[in-house]
Amino acid sequence: MSKILKKFITFYHKLGSYPWFYKFSGIAIPYVAFISLIPLFIGLGWGIFYSPTDYKQGDVYRIIYMHVPAASVSQSIYYTMTIAAIVSMIWRMKMAGIFIKSMAPIGASFTFLALISGSIWGQPTWGTWWIWDARLTSTLVLFIFYIAIISLYSSFSEKKSADQAVSILTLVGAVNLPIIKKSVDWWNTLHQPSSIKLTESSTISLEMLYPLLLSIIGFYLIVLLSGLMAMRAEIAKREINKEWFKSL
Amino acid sequence: MIKIRRNRLYAVLFIVSSSAVAVGLVLIALNQNINLFYSPSELLESGPLKNKSIRIGGLVEKGSLNRVSDSLEVNFIITDLKEKVAVKYSGILPDLFKEDAGVVATGYYDKNNNSFQAFEILAKHDENYEPKEVVNALEGK
Repeated sequence: MSKILKKFITFYHKLGSYPWFYKFSGIAIPYVAFISLIPLFIGLGWGIFYSPTDYKQGDVYRIIYMHVPAASVSQSIYYTMTIAAIVSMIWRMKMAGIFIKSMAPIGASFTFLALISGSIWGQPTWGTWWIWDARLTSTLVLFIFYIAIISLYSSFSEKKSADQAVSILTLVGAVNLPIIKKSVDWWNTLHQPSSIKLTESSTISLEMLYPLLLSIIGFYLIVLLSGLMAMRAEIAKREINKEWFKSL
Repeated sequence: MIKIRRNRLYAVLFIVSSSAVAVGLVLIALNQNINLFYSPSELLESGPLKNKSIRIGGLVEKGSLNRVSDSLEVNFIITDLKEKVAVKYSGILPDLFKEDAGVVATGYYDKNNNSFQAFEILAKHDENYEPKEVVNALEGK
């Protein structure tokens, strides 16, 4: 047990090292890029061209293969940013600040994609592009938090104070996450409850669920890929004048 | 744990819990207003003021949908399986509007004759996704 713990602690310390992460991400990026394409293409292709038509909505339901993965990663990214904010506040680990700075624009993009794809689905099915129900509004709040984090970061010239201020804002925004998740259960909304259930059987047929799960996996891998790339670029930006970077 | 780090941990806990309390209080204060619509039971219990636009949601009662010929006018009943409200609407209905399916109507409630004049009808989709062929086979079409 203590061996595993030691290994984990070593890994944690390595994560904090710029040269190590720069080298590691340089090796990992091509592999992640290749692996992420497989579930993404199979999932989206299967979902859009081969999965069966829905009995009630017809073909418009196929937006689910973009909407659900985008909405899922948009919230997960914020969860990981919250963990990074805690690490950044307590241990002042610089890499945690880089993580938040790099992930915020990715999270904002996927939240935007979830909002837009949901809107395009809502027009034919519900009869409206937008409604101020609890699920849609809390997702919009998530998007605004991402934008606020990005703009707060860019308003500082000193990286250290930027990392601390952004961490605090990230923690405040984390309160919104359980609200998004539970909004469809706590209040009555136009948005339906989740079809994929962890504890009981899902209310989406398996022929539709499998491609959906594949595209969710694909979206997570794309997030991993763009996260690695963004963090690598941010390290290069901060360390451009340092000895170790020049000697590369 | 080093003392300075423990203090920072307290700061983290303080930020999270104070913002959670603040947001929680707002949500409790707004509780009824966050709900998108009233159910027919809630409407009958505490009928809101006349001449104030509200939303009402529930199921379109089976067999209650009645289209007036030569116009866009429709009449139907919204039910929550306990109480019912008669709805009048004139306009185009969304694709998913069907009997026995979820609906949210915006308009004015008249408590005296328990009727609702809607100016917007939205279909509420449920969380069930099924292939067309399977459902047709089950229904024996």
